[in-house]
Amino acid sequence: MSSTPSVPGPSLSEPLVGDRLGRAPRVALLAGGLSHERDVSMRSGRRVAEALRSAGVEVSVHDVDADLLPALADLQPDLVWPVLHGASGEDGSVRDIVQLSGLRLLGTGPRASRVAWSKPIAKTVAARAGLETPEFVTLPQTLFRELGASAVLRMIVARLGLPVVVKPSRGGSALGVSLVREADDLPRAMVECFSYSDTALVERAVTGTELAASVVDLGEGPVALPPVEIVADGPYDYDARYNPGRVEYFAPARLRPEQVEAVGAAAVTAHRSLGLMGLSRTDLILDEDGVVHFLEVNVAPGMTETSLFPQAAEAAGYNLGTLYRSLVAASLAAEPAGLRPV
Amino acid sequence: MTEQPLPHGTTSGTPTSSAAGTRLDPWLGAYADRTHGMRSSEIRALFAVASRPEVVSLAGGMPFLDGLPLEVLSDVASRVVAQRGLQALQYGSGQGDETLREQILDVMALEGITAHPDDIVVTTGSQQALDLVTRVFINPGDVVVAEAPSYVGALGVFRAYQADVVHVEIDAHGLVPEALETTLAGLAAAGRRVKFLYTVPNFHNPAGVSLSLERRPRILEIAQRYGVLVLEDNPYGLLGFDREPWPALRSYDEDGVIYLGSFSKTFAPGYRVGWAVAPHAVREKLVLASESAILCPSNASQIAISTYLSTCDWRGQIKAYREMYRERRDAMIAALGEHLPDATWNVPDGGFYTWVRLPDGLDARDMLPRAITARVAYVSGTAFYYDGSGGDHMRLSFCYPTPERIREGVRRLAGVVDGERELVELFGTAPSAPGDAVQAPSPDVF
Repeated sequence: MSSTPSVPGPSLSEPLVGDRLGRAPRVALLAGGLSHERDVSMRSGRRVAEALRSAGVEVSVHDVDADLLPALADLQPDLVWPVLHGASGEDGSVRDIVQLSGLRLLGTGPRASRVAWSKPIAKTVAARAGLETPEFVTLPQTLFRELGASAVLRMIVARLGLPVVVKPSRGGSALGVSLVREADDLPRAMVECFSYSDTALVERAVTGTELAASVVDLGEGPVALPPVEIVADGPYDYDARYNPGRVEYFAPARLRPEQVEAVGAAAVTAHRSLGLMGLSRTDLILDEDGVVHFLEVNVAPGMTETSLFPQAAEAAGYNLGTLYRSLVAASLAAEPAGLRPV
Repeated sequence: MTEQPLPHGTTSGTPTSSAAGTRLDPWLGAYADRTHGMRSSEIRALFAVASRPEVVSLAGGMPFLDGLPLEVLSDVASRVVAQRGLQALQYGSGQGDETLREQILDVMALEGITAHPDDIVVTTGSQQALDLVTRVFINPGDVVVAEAPSYVGALGVFRAYQADVVHVEIDAHGLVPEALETTLAGLAAAGRRVKFLYTVPNFHNPAGVSLSLERRPRILEIAQRYGVLVLEDNPYGLLGFDREPWPALRSYDEDGVIYLGSFSKTFAPGYRVGWAVAPHAVREKLVLASESAILCPSNASQIAISTYLSTCDWRGQIKAYREMYRERRDAMIAALGEHLPDATWNVPDGGFYTWVRLPDGLDARDMLPRAITARVAYVSGTAFYYDGSGGDHMRLSFCYPTPERIREGVRRLAGVVDGERELVELFGTAPSAPGDAVQAPSPDVF
């Protein structure tokens, strides 16, 4: 099957897109926004901008505010790249607006973003595509009100057992996420989760090797980059994600070749089945029986200095500037946005 | 076909897994012990949103500067460069500009302090003075006694020097003398070495209260009896709404008090000019410590402030600030009465802050993401306790937003409180256990 990943990325050759345009491509990066992950997004945006500039791309960085649309109208960039994490950046809405403005988008389109952004829906789609994913329930806060919290919580424990992971059905950077080992801790985890989102996803906790598998599509179909293994001292929470030193990363992961293949294939399957474009990062767990479990997917993976996507790209031997520029090139070469089925 | 990049290096075939992982920080093993408590915080990250105009920030302690006479200050800046440029742009005295030190005496005279210019050390904001005093006095494990709650920026400094902070109860009249006595007696009995008492006696940050006139000598007497130095941090003392400034603790006791002052709240924080007044021997050490840290405070800033003090109506400016902040305090208190009847709060008679106790069972730290979603920000009470307790309170600042924005912010907050209350009632949870202690301060929470 053509989706079988190769690791590292395919051997590719210069020259790049600027030559097609007859000038350096102009890319508008969107970073910041009003989500809980604004800070991370701004850091990601700065990193991507720096890498693209080093590769000769003309870059402007924009916050998502009242100045954005006039700025884009003035600038008429060749491409808009949302490096927005959370809320409007990943739920498809900003992507919708970019396309409504008649501009081209780098990455996943609005409708597929909307699907991927909802963890329960993404898990369902991934499961239909044949991926294993931990058993889960999706529970809006209103349901607890209607049925009584303790009855629902008892059912969750009876059905899924313990430990479980409680997370907001939408959102990233592990905000509002708890690993619950004791039933008594479940109410507290629900409160934390509902502080970020009105719907909670509770899934059976799977133990194994924690992996992030990034995917890039440079015009010839999605290809998995080497998976990155995450070994955290304690929970892989917000602090662990953005505080260098608390986590040990193995890039590439300490896996046998067939495991690398299986993990990459799962990420590519997720990318394809969810209709993602350009780049994505899938979070997975490889259990001790060798089964790969799909957890969630990110259409705007973190791009900070400690983020997993750039680590994977570097592990594959890519220069980040060159890789990002190639994503720009592939996106410009693809058929115009808005005409795609997803 | 789309052109694609060539990975650098030779990467044919399946890569071999690295034998060792990376922590993305080659210096991990090199950090000093004092950095081990430093953590990234999702709470800090949430504040990234607070600077957006859509969010009503009741979190920041930034003075509202729009009333400053910028055209006059522009003249001042121009004169500084034209007339004293070579001095302003040069290194200066480690202790600070002598003329400015003389002028600082005039400012402090408003609070009854008499001192000599030589007693003053000019610093880069009073925050640096706080750092210097802590550096000079604190060995790891030494005790600092501080109010409960205490200024987050001070707790951050104490943590950086590995002090152990013991909080002492305050009430509507400030530090409670009996509680201080009990705490100091207990620490003495336990053989603990208390190096100083840190206090913000006027318009406290975050609690908004002032140490009563009656208690001031009593607190000093207790400290003296236990051989404990008093560190008096007084950025807000001149910003009373309804009364003239009360005598500073330093005005009662020259030998047992280190006084910290600042131009950040009474003029402008951008210059970063503050000062310490300390007993002779302490002052010598502070100057040496400051020289080793920064060589000297900014001459340009000091001369600009000195010129401002000598040529502008700085007393009038302080009066204008007081009136503006009083109007905002009134807006805050009225809005709280209208929208948050189940909470309780104090009515500060000066300064920047109201300290609000949430309805039972609610935790300000847990509630913050919901508040950010609702486009309103505050500082959780947990920031102001060394052990991260205090989640039953939040600090609301009224210094920066306009009265209209304050009303809107409190209205939004009421919806947040309702939502959180429903959640807590639904799950019957207790507030989160103290865990993440003091967050490293950022300017937005000063």
